[in-house]
Amino acid sequence: MSDTQKKFLPYILLGLLGIFGPILFPNYTLSIAYLWMMILMASTWDLLGGQMGYNSLGNITFFGVGMYVSAIVQISFFYEGGVGEYTSAMGSIKPVFTDYEYFAGLFWGVIAAGIASLVLCLIFSSFMFGLRGPYFAIGSLGLAIAAAELTITIDYVGGASGIQMPLFPGEIEFRSTFFYIICFVFTIVAHFLLRWIYSTQFGLAINAIRDDEDKAEAMGIPTLTYKRIGWCIAAVFMGMIGAVAGNMAGFIDKEVAYPIPTFGIFMVAMALLGGKGTLWGPVIGAILFHVVKEATWPYLLNLQWVALGLILIVNIVYFQQGIMGWLQTKFPEMFGITVDSSSRDNVKGG
Amino acid sequence: MLDNLQLLFVWAPIINVQVILEGIFVGAVFALSAYGLALVWGVMNIKNLAQGDFVIMGGYMAFSLHSMHVPLPLILVLVVPTMFIFGWIIYVVMIRRIIDQDMFVSLLATFGLSLLMQQVMNIFYGPEVQTIDMELPVYDAFDGFVTIPASKIISLVMAGIMAFAVIVFMKKSRLGQSIRATAQDPRAARVLGINTHRVSAFTFAFNAAFCGAAGVLVSIIWVIQPFYGITYSVRSFAIVTAAGLGNMPGVIAAGFGIGLFEKYVGVIIGTAYEVAAPVSILLMVLIWRQIQMKRNRQVVK
Repeated sequence: MSDTQKKFLPYILLGLLGIFGPILFPNYTLSIAYLWMMILMASTWDLLGGQMGYNSLGNITFFGVGMYVSAIVQISFFYEGGVGEYTSAMGSIKPVFTDYEYFAGLFWGVIAAGIASLVLCLIFSSFMFGLRGPYFAIGSLGLAIAAAELTITIDYVGGASGIQMPLFPGEIEFRSTFFYIICFVFTIVAHFLLRWIYSTQFGLAINAIRDDEDKAEAMGIPTLTYKRIGWCIAAVFMGMIGAVAGNMAGFIDKEVAYPIPTFGIFMVAMALLGGKGTLWGPVIGAILFHVVKEATWPYLLNLQWVALGLILIVNIVYFQQGIMGWLQTKFPEMFGITVDSSSRDNVKGG
Repeated sequence: MLDNLQLLFVWAPIINVQVILEGIFVGAVFALSAYGLALVWGVMNIKNLAQGDFVIMGGYMAFSLHSMHVPLPLILVLVVPTMFIFGWIIYVVMIRRIIDQDMFVSLLATFGLSLLMQQVMNIFYGPEVQTIDMELPVYDAFDGFVTIPASKIISLVMAGIMAFAVIVFMKKSRLGQSIRATAQDPRAARVLGINTHRVSAFTFAFNAAFCGAAGVLVSIIWVIQPFYGITYSVRSFAIVTAAGLGNMPGVIAAGFGIGLFEKYVGVIIGTAYEVAAPVSILLMVLIWRQIQMKRNRQVVK
C-alpha cells in the first residue's frame, strides 16, 4: 500500500462507519451519534491537554453552558411567555413549535451556545493561564463544579428541577437521524480543523508551549494569545455540541449539563487511552472506549461506575502511553497511521 | 442577604460568637485533612484528589461501628489503623507506580480512585445523607443565642489531641523527622540514607489515617454522603495552595480561616451555596496566588 493510500485509509474506514453505521444498525443510531460526540470531545480536549500541555478537567463547563444558553434561546425566541414562565411551570407548558420555529430555534441556539462559550472562555482564560500543570487542572475542575452549582441556584433556568426541551417535530427515526447527522458533521469539521491547525505554525507553537513554556516565550511566541486561541477553539466546539446534546437528551438539568464524573472524565480517559498528543489517538481511544462501554454497560448492573473508576485507574497507572504511544514505540515506522493488520505485516516484512 | 448582614452586625452581634465557634469546629476538620494532603504533596509530589473520599470513608466506618454500639473512643481507635492499612494498600497498588510520573497522571489516577470509592460507598450505604447521633446534651450560652452541642466540643478536643500527638511525632520520632526531611528535599534525604520509598508509603498511609480520623469527626458534627468527598478534596487543595507548600503551621491557620469563611458565607448568603463556597474559595486562592507570583514574573507551578 502506498503512503497516500495509508493516509486515506482511516478516513475511508471512518466515513464508511459514519454513513453505513446507522443504516446497518438503525437501533443504535443515537448510540453512534454519542460516539461521534465523544470523539469530538476527546479530540478537542487533546488540543489543550495533549498538544499544548494544559490538562483541563473543566472543558465540560462549556458543554453545560452551551446547553443552557441554547435552551434559553430556543424557548425565548418562539414562546411569548419567556423562559421564566416556561421553567416555573415545571414542564407542564408544552408549547407546540412549528417545524420552522423548532429548526430555526435550534440553529440560533447552537450559534448562541458557541458564542456564549467563546465569551466565557475569553473571561476564564484571562485568569486561568497563570496556572500551570496540576494547578490548571484543579482550577478548571473548580470552574466546572462552580458553574454546575451556580446554575442550579438560578430560578430563571429552572434551578434544580431543570428545563424540558422543546419537542422535536417529527418521527422518532427522523429525530435520531437528524441529530446523528449533526453530531457527525460537527466531528468531521472539528477533526479537519484540528488536522489543519496541527500542520500550521500554530500547531508547532502550542507544541513548543507544551515542551517548555518559558523557552517558547523567550523565543517570542505570544504564549497567552496562543493558549487563549487553543482553549477557545475547544470551548466553542464543546458549547455547540452541548447545545446539540441538550436537544438529544430532551431534558436538561445539572446532571445532564455538567456531567463531570462521566463525559468530563471520559474525554480525558479516551484521549489518554488512545494516546495523547496525537491526532488519531483520541479518535481511536474514543471508539474503543465507547464500544466497550456500550457492550458491557447493560451487564454490569450497579457496578458500571465501579468498573469505570477501575478502568480509569488501570488505564492511567498501567497503560499511560496509550495505544498510539504503544504503537509508536513498538512500530515506529507506521507512526501516525491507524491500526490495521495488513500494514503491520508490511512493516514486519519490510 | 442584607437582612442576614443586619442580623449579624446590628441586631444581634452575639450570633457572631456562634458562627465563629462553628467555624472553628469545622476548621479543625479541614485542617486535619489538609495537613495530610500537605504531607503527601510535599513528600512524594502526589496531588491526591481522593482526599475527601478518604474522609467520607472514615465517616462511614464510624457510622457502621456506631450502629453496632461501639463507644466513641473505641471507634477512633479502630478507624485510624484500618484507614492506615487501607492507605498502605492503595500506595502499593497504585501510588507507587505513578510517583515518578507527570503530575497530571497522579491527579487523574486519584480522581479515578475517588470515583471508585464514591461508587462503592454508594452501593453499600446508599445516597442518603447520614450522621451519627450521639444523643449528647446541647449547652446554651448568652441567653440561648449561642448553642454548643457537646459532640462538637468532644470532636474539637479529639482533633486537638490528634494534632498534638502528630506534632510531637513529627518533631521527636526518627520516622517523623525523616518524613519532614523528605518533604523538604527528597534527593538530599536519599543521599543521607533515608529510605524514601518506605517514607512515602508510610506518609500515604498516615495521610489516609488522618483523613479517617477527620471523617469520624465529620460524621459526628456534620453529615456524610458518598458524593460529598469532592468538597473536602477541594477544600484541602485550597488550604494547601493558600498556605504554600511546606508551610505546616500555615496549613492549620488556613484550615481554620476557611472554616470561618465558609460559615460566614453560609449565614450571609444561604446554604444553597454550600458546595459552591469551597470551590469559589479555591478559585479565589488560585487567582490571588497568581497575582502574588506575577509581581516576580513567575507563575503558579
